[in-house]
Amino acid sequence: MGMEGIGARVARKEDRRFITGAGRYVDDMVVPGMKHAVFVRSPHAHAEIKKIDVKKAKAMPGVVDVLVGKQLKSDGIGNLICGWMIHSKDGSPMKMGAWSPLAVDRVRYVGDAVAIVVADTKGQARDAAEAVEVSYKELKAVTEAVDALKKGAPQLHPEAEGNLIYDWEIGDAKATDAAIAKAAHVTKMHIVNNRLVPNAMEPRAALGHYDKAEDHYTCWTTSQNPHVARLVMSAFYNVAPENKLRVIAPDVGGGFGSKIYIYPEEIVCLWASKKTGVPVKWVADRTESFLSDAHGRDHVTEVQLAFDKDNRMTALKVDTIANLGAYMSLFSSSVPTYLYATLLSGQYVIPAIHANVRTVYTNTAPVDAYRGAGRPEATYLLERVVETAARELGVAPAELRRKNFVTSFPYQTPVIMCYDAGDYAASLDAAMKAADYAGFAKRREEAKKRGKLRGIGMSNYIEACGIAPSAAVGSLGAGVGLWESAEVRVNAVGTIEVLTGSHSHGQGHETTFSQLVAGRFGVPIESVSIVHGDTDKVQMGMGTYGSRSGAVGMSAIVKALDKVEAKAKKIAAHLLEADEGDIVIENGALKVAGTDKNVPWFQMALAAYTAHNLPAGMEPGLKEGAFYDPSNFTFPAGCYICEVEVDPDTGHTDIVQFVAADDFGNIINPMIVEGQVHGGIAQGIGQALLEGCKYDASGQLLTASYMDYTMPRAGDLPSFKVSTSNTPCPSNPLGIKGCGEAGAIGSPPAVINAITDAIGNNDLTMPATPQKVWAALQAAKKH
Amino acid sequence: MYSVNYHRAASVADAVKKVKAGDGKFLAGGMTLIPTMKSRLAAPSDVVDITRIASLSGITVSGKTVTIGATTTHAEVATNAKLAKVCPALCSLASHIGDPHVRHKGTIGGSISNNDPAADYPSAMLALGATIVTNKRQIPADKFFKGLFETALKEDEMVTEVTFTAPAKAGYAKFPNPASRYAVTGVFVAKGKDGVRAAVTGAGDNGVFRSKEVEAALAKKFDAASLDGVKVSAKGLMGDIHATPEYRANLVVVMAKRAVAAANG
Repeated sequence: MGMEGIGARVARKEDRRFITGAGRYVDDMVVPGMKHAVFVRSPHAHAEIKKIDVKKAKAMPGVVDVLVGKQLKSDGIGNLICGWMIHSKDGSPMKMGAWSPLAVDRVRYVGDAVAIVVADTKGQARDAAEAVEVSYKELKAVTEAVDALKKGAPQLHPEAEGNLIYDWEIGDAKATDAAIAKAAHVTKMHIVNNRLVPNAMEPRAALGHYDKAEDHYTCWTTSQNPHVARLVMSAFYNVAPENKLRVIAPDVGGGFGSKIYIYPEEIVCLWASKKTGVPVKWVADRTESFLSDAHGRDHVTEVQLAFDKDNRMTALKVDTIANLGAYMSLFSSSVPTYLYATLLSGQYVIPAIHANVRTVYTNTAPVDAYRGAGRPEATYLLERVVETAARELGVAPAELRRKNFVTSFPYQTPVIMCYDAGDYAASLDAAMKAADYAGFAKRREEAKKRGKLRGIGMSNYIEACGIAPSAAVGSLGAGVGLWESAEVRVNAVGTIEVLTGSHSHGQGHETTFSQLVAGRFGVPIESVSIVHGDTDKVQMGMGTYGSRSGAVGMSAIVKALDKVEAKAKKIAAHLLEADEGDIVIENGALKVAGTDKNVPWFQMALAAYTAHNLPAGMEPGLKEGAFYDPSNFTFPAGCYICEVEVDPDTGHTDIVQFVAADDFGNIINPMIVEGQVHGGIAQGIGQALLEGCKYDASGQLLTASYMDYTMPRAGDLPSFKVSTSNTPCPSNPLGIKGCGEAGAIGSPPAVINAITDAIGNNDLTMPATPQKVWAALQAAKKH
Repeated sequence: MYSVNYHRAASVADAVKKVKAGDGKFLAGGMTLIPTMKSRLAAPSDVVDITRIASLSGITVSGKTVTIGATTTHAEVATNAKLAKVCPALCSLASHIGDPHVRHKGTIGGSISNNDPAADYPSAMLALGATIVTNKRQIPADKFFKGLFETALKEDEMVTEVTFTAPAKAGYAKFPNPASRYAVTGVFVAKGKDGVRAAVTGAGDNGVFRSKEVEAALAKKFDAASLDGVKVSAKGLMGDIHATPEYRANLVVVMAKRAVAAANG
């Protein structure tokens, strides 16, 4: 392990350009002749489009063209798809309603795109967009998932009767019901997981450029997975065949899942570029992002957790209704099913589990994966009900958990997952120690003297990262494989380029991936470059989401490095007239073990390219590629403890302590991992305390700006105490588990458990705003 | 933003003339007008920048009489040493408006002319019994604030300064909206020669108002304990996604207590 290798706190290589404003985002891209686009969006949540009159708009200054959905359809552009097939428990396939990139005869949410205006300047495009006359016939709207299932609710799609997309189940209903029937204690709860807006710092953007001479398209877009974008746009949307379409995702300013999906705008910009003959750029403004980015969460659940007389868990029964919004976004169907219900066993031995999930259409923005994707919903549900059960049973929350922990591995849960490794008690102990759990009673007394209500809550999460293997996810309905690719090019002077199918939009891949290579060959980290985000450079990849880049992306790099190393050793052995098996790589040189005979790395590389003196029959050059398909998910887990003080006069909650003890397997760069945990916890606290996406009954988005939607700020957060106690993942070569989402997954229940502990009322929903906490306090007083 | 003509006024008379010439708006810090124009909710033909008119800016304290020019920024009010001696509550209020950018651009005249129902300054003006001076007349604060974003100002009338007699004691406390940081409820209390005045911002569904309940309780004794058990009716209070009228009614009393505690040091 060198100073720059695995385990070192190397400062991020990419930060200089980011913090000096030198990053290059889609909005920084300029193509000669480029024009600017503005989308005309529906002001209604649900309406028929009677007529679109573009005459006036087309005549406005600077306007190149105004295009509508009918033209798009007649050019053969396809509807958007959902890439994961889920079957209902009756065997029928999910009911997917049509989603045209530009609405043709009906709009289904406020923000639904109906036309694109292309003009010389963005201002002119805006002016003209206001002049597009759309006659709507308003229809009744429904925004809450529970309401959408009721008889007589407005119907969104003819394909989905009763707005029901699927009615899916997992686990053993009979065994679960039987166990509940004979349980010594059953804790029942109604759990709401609040809807969130992703709020990446960089709004979505697309620049479509059709090159007539080459009959070739280029799309610069804010994507977490440019290759998937190219695949889907060519295979399903008929934009262009893959060999005629290049997708570039340059620097991308945050994604959190919201930039996985292929949205209407990039498709329409590409199509409009060919149609108008000019490159077309669109950049969302902030309110447009609120309206049209895929939202997250939005579950309503009834849950029962059963115990025997010894407080051992015997069964978990879950009935969830998930809101998928107006259309099925790319991976929306998988989030409340395989990314959610398969984690319902948590860290516990629960012999019988059954979950039923219904997903429904509503007149709201589409809902898809958002940092954690299904796993935060599962964790919130389970950790709220476990904490509540401990209160009902009168046992310490930590002890109830400890008693039920999975302790021997591998452990096969009743809901597909097979946990490979972990030490949940170790995380629990570490967190309780760091939080001085034993001293809490004293702190509570002290706070009381100051008129504050102090509470403590914990959450013991488990999640699944590096979703895999491809054959398994394929059998569950995934439309794509979930492997990763890498290519390692050693240049003639020994510098190294790594081409990866992973995509960095804040994760620090340029640093961590370089550390891997630098450590392996003993070369300086500056001599390693990471290339990503361009389908013309990297052949194929699956992108970055679900905390997969370390576990899957780096594993692919390891495979390619293995091949490079094997060839490099062959060359060195030949040059040193030694046996290949005696060659070792140390400090940037290939040495004959136990001697001072060596050839520096760069000389070996030069020899590979001069090809003057290579082993007989060896091809010149040094470049190797690999594809890596994991054999299992990875299972990061940990324990989070939150301590709060509530001001009883105003209901304001101060988070006075937050402890995270995680198990992420082996760690490449502890500083970057801590940064990921900090950011994740901030988002989790945001969900628990501050963020709540709200539509009114007519489907207008009430939280469409930062005046009404509260993002976490530094002042809302304490200094986090984070630590790791790691068990290496047995299923990938580096032993990595993944750390990108854990913070957002583990923290919300810890916060709500702490507040409900403080106020003595368990009836509290997220976000726990001061008004809600105050109201819960008033209600508690009445009882 | 739609395209708009920008003018820089040399004097108050010049500014009024230029605003009257078209469908114009006075522009001071622009903290409300510019975002409103950017989101295309306002489309004046002309904006007339009054921030270069020297006579409109600055703070003078003469004995107990305080005069603050209309284009004086929040940051200037927050940090003025003379004002801090006679009415520190107003400095404190200004120091908590928005963020540093807002405090260095936004002005007292702009804030009270806009009369946002959740803005901080209107409560101070009302509780201090300030006089709002315009290019035409002098208007007591009691008659200046008319409702949501409504004031006694006429079309071509501009606030030039505000003036008040520094009270013996004053304090301000607000519960900020977690998202916007505007007041969900803010209470300014002042104990002056005419007794105690307590003005509430953020809570009323018709803008800033004086709380009779709070004033009556504090008239007996200007002490936070005087407000123990005092109830304010939720009737006439605002309800929105952030706070119910009942919650705001509670906050009126809680913030009044904190304001009095601050006033009493």
